[in-house]
Amino acid sequence: MKDIDAIAVLHDPVRRRLYEYVAAQGREVGRNEAAEAVGVARTLAAHHLDRLTEAGLLESGSRRLTGRSGPGAGRPAKVYVRAQGERSISLPARDYRTAAELLAEAAEEAGLDDGLRAAARRRGEALRGSTAPCGGLEEVMEMLTARGYEPHLEGVEGEAGAAEPVVRMRNCPFHAVAERFPPLVCGMNLALLEGLLGAHGPVRARMYARPGECCVVVEPSKNDEH
Amino acid sequence: MTASAQASHLAQLNVATLRHPLDDPRVAPFVEMLDPVNAAADGAPGFVWRLVEEGAEDATGLRPAGEDVIVNLTVWQTQEALWDFTYRSGHLEVMRRRREWFERHVEAHLVLWWIPAGHLPTVGEALERLADLRAHGPSPRAFTFASAYTAAEAAAPSGSAAGAD
Repeated sequence: MKDIDAIAVLHDPVRRRLYEYVAAQGREVGRNEAAEAVGVARTLAAHHLDRLTEAGLLESGSRRLTGRSGPGAGRPAKVYVRAQGERSISLPARDYRTAAELLAEAAEEAGLDDGLRAAARRRGEALRGSTAPCGGLEEVMEMLTARGYEPHLEGVEGEAGAAEPVVRMRNCPFHAVAERFPPLVCGMNLALLEGLLGAHGPVRARMYARPGECCVVVEPSKNDEH
Repeated sequence: MTASAQASHLAQLNVATLRHPLDDPRVAPFVEMLDPVNAAADGAPGFVWRLVEEGAEDATGLRPAGEDVIVNLTVWQTQEALWDFTYRSGHLEVMRRRREWFERHVEAHLVLWWIPAGHLPTVGEALERLADLRAHGPSPRAFTFASAYTAAEAAAPSGSAAGAD
């Protein structure tokens, strides 16, 4: 299916809400759960979820949602998760991805990490637009959502043992190029986010890479480190 | 996965030329990260083995490729496991700051190749693979993340025809 056809599948509002719900969970979602979240009947949700799967926007599998196995555990349920592939359209056709890969390859060969990071930090500052650094994690979530990072809050054990909230991101907006040139592009991403948040404010970004997610985490600043 | 893929492990060598000696303060942030990053490797999914100097915690004291060149030789169950550790763990921070501590290599500085599971590669063998990659480009005998070959391709007769290109 062409990208433009796949994206057209999202035109239906119920389908689109289902897609957005599944994508936002970052895990396998069953039909009942998706139907309830979106407020439609289970059979309608199932129909739309399968359409999204046919279009390649979701992937489906089957799993026993109870976590039990053996006799009495029940039939495996159909579950859905966002497909890894990416879709893009531009009209007329333009190919910025190849341009990005070629520029990254040349920057990597020439060792231009510092220059790229400086440019990314300036861009982040320009996008922030204000002189004050970002005010707190809620503002961070809004900024990151607007830039496509799909942020979510996660508790991590702090030094005092209490769970401190940090912002992690499910989506890397630079995924395709980051996979080919990780240190270069992840360094660029961190610098962009540093610019976006501003220096010496109440929050800071740092590298905290984990499989399947953006390489950066945003957390409250520890003042003694500044 | 085929039976031959399961019977194979992925070996990895990378070399890095230090800009300053390891006891220089300019390299201290790298040295501080060695223990935690090595511990993360030891506990990473799919990790099999890494080269360690006898009586030491790491291999930075071994200098088989030159006096100022440190080597990192590891074995992994799959290429995905190695990729995730290299670029999706605390190791990425070391990579991001690599230009502060290491010279930029014009030639290839990382090489991957398949080995029979259970075999531990020697430093000499690893340096041969790197030389192969540098001399002939990526092949099933010696490749990179960007131009990878499967264990099945490495086991195929065409893959073992050394010097064919």
